[in-house]
Amino acid sequence: MPFKRYVEIGRVALVNYGKDYGKLVVIVDVVDQNRALVDAPDMVRGQMNFKRLTLTDITIDIPRVPKKKTLIEAMEKADVKNKWENSSWGRKLIVQKRRASLNDFDRFKLMLAKIKRAGIVRQELAKLKKENSS
Amino acid sequence: MAAKRKIPVKTRNPDLIRGVGKYSRSKMYHKRGLWAIKAKNGGVFPRHDPQPKAPAAAEKPPKFYPADDVKKPLLNKRKPKPTKLRASITPGTVLILLAGRFMGKRVVFLKQLSSGLLLVTGPFKINGVPLRRVNQSYVIATSTKIDITGVNVDKFDDKYFTKEVLKKNNKGEGQFFEAEKEDKKKLPEDKKEDQKAVDASLIKSIEGVPDLKAYLAARFSLKSGMKPHELVF
Repeated sequence: MPFKRYVEIGRVALVNYGKDYGKLVVIVDVVDQNRALVDAPDMVRGQMNFKRLTLTDITIDIPRVPKKKTLIEAMEKADVKNKWENSSWGRKLIVQKRRASLNDFDRFKLMLAKIKRAGIVRQELAKLKKENSS
Repeated sequence: MAAKRKIPVKTRNPDLIRGVGKYSRSKMYHKRGLWAIKAKNGGVFPRHDPQPKAPAAAEKPPKFYPADDVKKPLLNKRKPKPTKLRASITPGTVLILLAGRFMGKRVVFLKQLSSGLLLVTGPFKINGVPLRRVNQSYVIATSTKIDITGVNVDKFDDKYFTKEVLKKNNKGEGQFFEAEKEDKKKLPEDKKEDQKAVDASLIKSIEGVPDLKAYLAARFSLKSGMKPHELVF
């Protein structure tokens, strides 16, 4: 029941509303009870309400409100990008994006592949059933 | 009136601002060389008497005056522009037909005809859609493109697709029932040949891409969970 992910300086969060939807940002300072100062390598540092952020498991080691260069170095050292892309949450988001960008032809090829895979699985299952029953 | 010049004369008096020229009237007189023209003509500006006009033919009073003044409708000189083709539709694009007998079929776009309609073919062997005209509005353009370089579509235009006018011959009732039996029209052989010629090179380029033939043979339909406004075509 206790909280596991805390708002702290260096906490990496995912933006879930607004212009920067889907971006990973780092909390670099806390403004007040509801807002944080937030920064990312490709955006201008600015304030965001906590309601717009979803905390992740990743933290990095930075002083309060670091310079952009320091921030980028710290993110490289903690390997935020790779950690995110290998986490199950990050992988799910990548798959969602890929599915949304599928062409009509791609969807057709996907359907054929699914049917083929299901056919192979069913064949194996039938084989196993036969072995077990005999 | 003096004859109009074909090219408007460039003015020698540049504008300082709109309405105010750089040079005064006397300066402009000098710049235009009016003094030289006058000197050549003995101190007087040359003038040409109006050319004798041919006598206008005597107009006869009209034989008939209409009883009421009927208003003539205003002249309409508007020329409709050719239909703008959507940027996503280029020769070789796979289109999805949305209405009509071939609803849902995926079809290859060949060219836009002069009437604005799109010329489209199945190819016939793959999905049964012949060379056909279709309106842009009843079509979804996918981003799948097929190589169409081997195909010659120059001979197809709107006249190719007009219906043949049937000659009316019999009006007798007895002959009515006989005529109905031979109502089914057969497709002329040259149209079949045209279809085969267009489809030959198309089918070759289609078979070069894996699964494309099956894709064109299948129909499109919306399944559960598919949101058209979120789909990428």
